[in-house]
Amino acid sequence: MNDDPPRTERTRLAVAGARATTEAVISGQPRKDVIKNTVFAALLLVAILIALAGLAALLIQAFVKGRPELSLDLFTESGSSDPTIAGFRQAILGSLMLIGGVIVLVVPLGVGAAIYLEEYGSREKWWNRLIELNIQNLAAVPSIIYGILGLGFIVRGPLDLGFTVFAGSITLALLVLPIVIIAAREAIRAVPPSIREGALALGATKWQTIRRQVLPASISGIATGVILAVSRAFGETAPLLLVGAATFVTFDPQFFSGDYTALPVQIFQYATRPQDEFRILSAAGIIVLLVILLAMNSFAIWLRNRYEQKW
Amino acid sequence: MEARDIAASGAAGITRRLEAPSPRYGEKLIYVALFACAILSVLTTTAIVIALIGPTVGFFGDVPVADFLFGTDWAPAFEPASFGVLPLVVGTLSVTLWGMLFAIPLGLGAAIYLSEYANPRVRKVIKPILEILAGIPTVAIGFFAVTFITPEILQTIFPSAGIFLALAGGLGIGLMVIPIIASISEDAMRAVPGGLREGAYAMGATKMRVATRVVFPAALSGIVASIVLAISRAVGETMIVVLAAGSTPNLTFNPIESIQAMTAYIAVTATGEIAQGTIKYDTIFAVGSLLFVMTLILNIISIRFVRRFREVYE
Repeated sequence: MNDDPPRTERTRLAVAGARATTEAVISGQPRKDVIKNTVFAALLLVAILIALAGLAALLIQAFVKGRPELSLDLFTESGSSDPTIAGFRQAILGSLMLIGGVIVLVVPLGVGAAIYLEEYGSREKWWNRLIELNIQNLAAVPSIIYGILGLGFIVRGPLDLGFTVFAGSITLALLVLPIVIIAAREAIRAVPPSIREGALALGATKWQTIRRQVLPASISGIATGVILAVSRAFGETAPLLLVGAATFVTFDPQFFSGDYTALPVQIFQYATRPQDEFRILSAAGIIVLLVILLAMNSFAIWLRNRYEQKW
Repeated sequence: MEARDIAASGAAGITRRLEAPSPRYGEKLIYVALFACAILSVLTTTAIVIALIGPTVGFFGDVPVADFLFGTDWAPAFEPASFGVLPLVVGTLSVTLWGMLFAIPLGLGAAIYLSEYANPRVRKVIKPILEILAGIPTVAIGFFAVTFITPEILQTIFPSAGIFLALAGGLGIGLMVIPIIASISEDAMRAVPGGLREGAYAMGATKMRVATRVVFPAALSGIVASIVLAISRAVGETMIVVLAAGSTPNLTFNPIESIQAMTAYIAVTATGEIAQGTIKYDTIFAVGSLLFVMTLILNIISIRFVRRFREVYE
């Protein structure tokens, strides 16, 4: 109270003057600026709305177009050149087998590589930096190049597995491995060093520390990466065209031998036929694919946001 | 007395047990196994290079490198066959160009909106939606492009347009990469320290100036990385271009003509019956090698830019 300056007429005027000047500087934007700002904000809003509308149109169009064929018959009827009886049975089975193989391969290999790079590999060593750079690059190699790898190296060449589900699984696993490694590394890196130091101080070995402390603490991040990678593998078409999943199959596929096809490949084949009946069938297959993939992705992103730990 | 004994034995225990009581072969075995997992990625790259090089060398035994790289006619199935890859390269670049013209403004606009304008609750909803939509399989986008974008939109605007259009492939690719550009650019913009924004506001800058003159330049390396990554994805994309842009090699940047992209050639040729050892089989690998080199260069540029933006603010 006593610190208040005496309210003489002079100070009152001075304060009012200062306030007016400040207000003029801060809030008195030129009209041109106000318009420019509003237009800019509106353009940004339009941009994001167009982007979301385009993607929404994609989902809606698939549902509208595919609805007439959408029934449980899709899951029981075989691939056929007669659209009235054609379905996706073998394709869905083929996809599930491919994905089973991918999970079995990708989880240990991807998490193992991530643990090595985060917990063991020192960045001082040139070979560790090489591995890291190499994984970053592999993550962006086009999927069809993995198809060429599968054709030239796995189906034929050194591994010589033939056009089998197994060869397809390996191809897809190599394709999504970088995704798993990068996600798992981020999850492991987020575990604070104090957790490791605490375990080591109590006499745990390095591996005990990793297995009992680091991995449990980072499991949700790792799971998110694995789910996103598996969903990518599930929707991938191009590499499978090269490793043999292109033939019409009327019998249930086997893992290590025989012809097979996959859901996205079958969708592609129906889509390239001229008759509209096949396009409708293709749209119905896309609905099945989208429901599976969007559910997986939503779960993965929910999992990440839900269990994101702040230490 | 007792306490001293315990302390003494404890101290003795520490000096005695500085070394592990056993050689810990298990730990070493685990190290080797984990290292093997990591080195698999290098082996993958090596295998890709080996798989590409063998048939590519065979191909260049029959076709001179210059004819391949600079030839303007791609007709491997005709007699006499012609192996000029330029029509395929131009097809890929054309689709990429149209896709980027569509996706870069929209993706960056969305990123600036999410990072600078959207209130936190809106961002919390839209960001995950964009990430989920980034997982739409490309075969679905290609189907949308050929059954909706071309007949409903493009053929209305250009009545003379055919069924397969470079522009339809471009727009499909744009839809595919918008979430990538928006998501990575938004991350980069959000990584710009708040102090920079506050400093600009304190100097009297408007919100638009802060976004365009302060945040955007500060996040530029991350933004460029997202765009280069998007270009790399566009160049390597197969299903959208094979479904929407056609299979006719065509040396043109005209958006309302049918073209054939490099990836589309590989996919279409590999799907048909081709015998190993024929020159047609080898063309897959020659075109694949060129594609691999192109995306490799883009990826290295992108990795460089990402590293710079990490170094500045992390």
